[in-house]
Amino acid sequence: MAAAEGGKIDPMHQFLIEPVLGRHWIVGGYDLSFTNSALWMVVTLASLWLFMLGGMKRELVPGRWQAAVEGFTGFVSSMLTSNIGPEGKRFIPYVFSLFMFILFANILGLLPFGIVPGVHPFTVTSHLTVTGVLAIISFAIVLIVGFGRHGFHFFSLFVPHGTPPLMIPLIFVVELMSFLVRPFSLGLRLFVAMTAGHILLKVLAAFVVNGINLGGGYIALVTLPSFLLMIGITLLELLVAAIQAYVFALLTSVYLNDAVNLH
Amino acid sequence: MDPQAAKMIGAGLAAIGMGIAALGVGNVFAKFLEGALRNPGAADSQQGRLFIGFAGAELLGLLAFVTMIILVFVA
Repeated sequence: MAAAEGGKIDPMHQFLIEPVLGRHWIVGGYDLSFTNSALWMVVTLASLWLFMLGGMKRELVPGRWQAAVEGFTGFVSSMLTSNIGPEGKRFIPYVFSLFMFILFANILGLLPFGIVPGVHPFTVTSHLTVTGVLAIISFAIVLIVGFGRHGFHFFSLFVPHGTPPLMIPLIFVVELMSFLVRPFSLGLRLFVAMTAGHILLKVLAAFVVNGINLGGGYIALVTLPSFLLMIGITLLELLVAAIQAYVFALLTSVYLNDAVNLH
Repeated sequence: MDPQAAKMIGAGLAAIGMGIAALGVGNVFAKFLEGALRNPGAADSQQGRLFIGFAGAELLGLLAFVTMIILVFVA
């Protein structure tokens, strides 16, 4: 653990974006080097591609792998049909890619690749730039679908049925604000949940290492409880990784429902 | 007061918000279970709403964390 060098805890170092192999590639004042963030996005895509490739044999009696892939596709498709209705089928490709990318990125960032010398795992979704772009794509699709289907009638989304005429200006502003804040809350939730979990894990890992370095009673007093707690928190983080991917896809489908059906 | 000390005290106060958000998240699941055990037949169809409520409660706790991080590392 690089975080515990010299007994000083530096839990933020794991989020540093740096070029792979340490070489910068600067074009016209912009740093376009291939960073560890880009590398782990490629790893995420490659593992997702392998996972899907193994399960797309279309056998009549599915094997284990195909059953796993069909479990995920069935899960996303039932989520969309229950939230949007029969028209939700059109959004399955987008929401499925979103869900699987976030899920794989979250879980790959948690796996203990650090025990291999020279390999530093990196959680792609622990950066607001990545989750923010995903949220903006979702929000843009909601806007395009909403304005494409309903034209300017889409603005009736901000005035719920049965609002007293006197209240319409106030309700319109409140609903508009809650609509505009959606991409921020969507991106921020995933980014902060991942960042907080990884900071917590790194701090506990530093406790373990520092306790061993001090030796004596510190091992029983600090290292052992921290290590047990760390196992529990790691399991919790695996749950959070799945829940955050689910929540992102679920909220995207709820927002798409607003755009497709108004309300 | 020394600005650095004030920042750290503010960050510590922001941590209270996370504890209160924990109460909120617990409340979401507690009320869901309470309702689900009374009417198990309707529980599965409401799972999506459970997680929407969870996401809303959790977000406010995460905002407390963001406030803390901004106070310690940015401000």
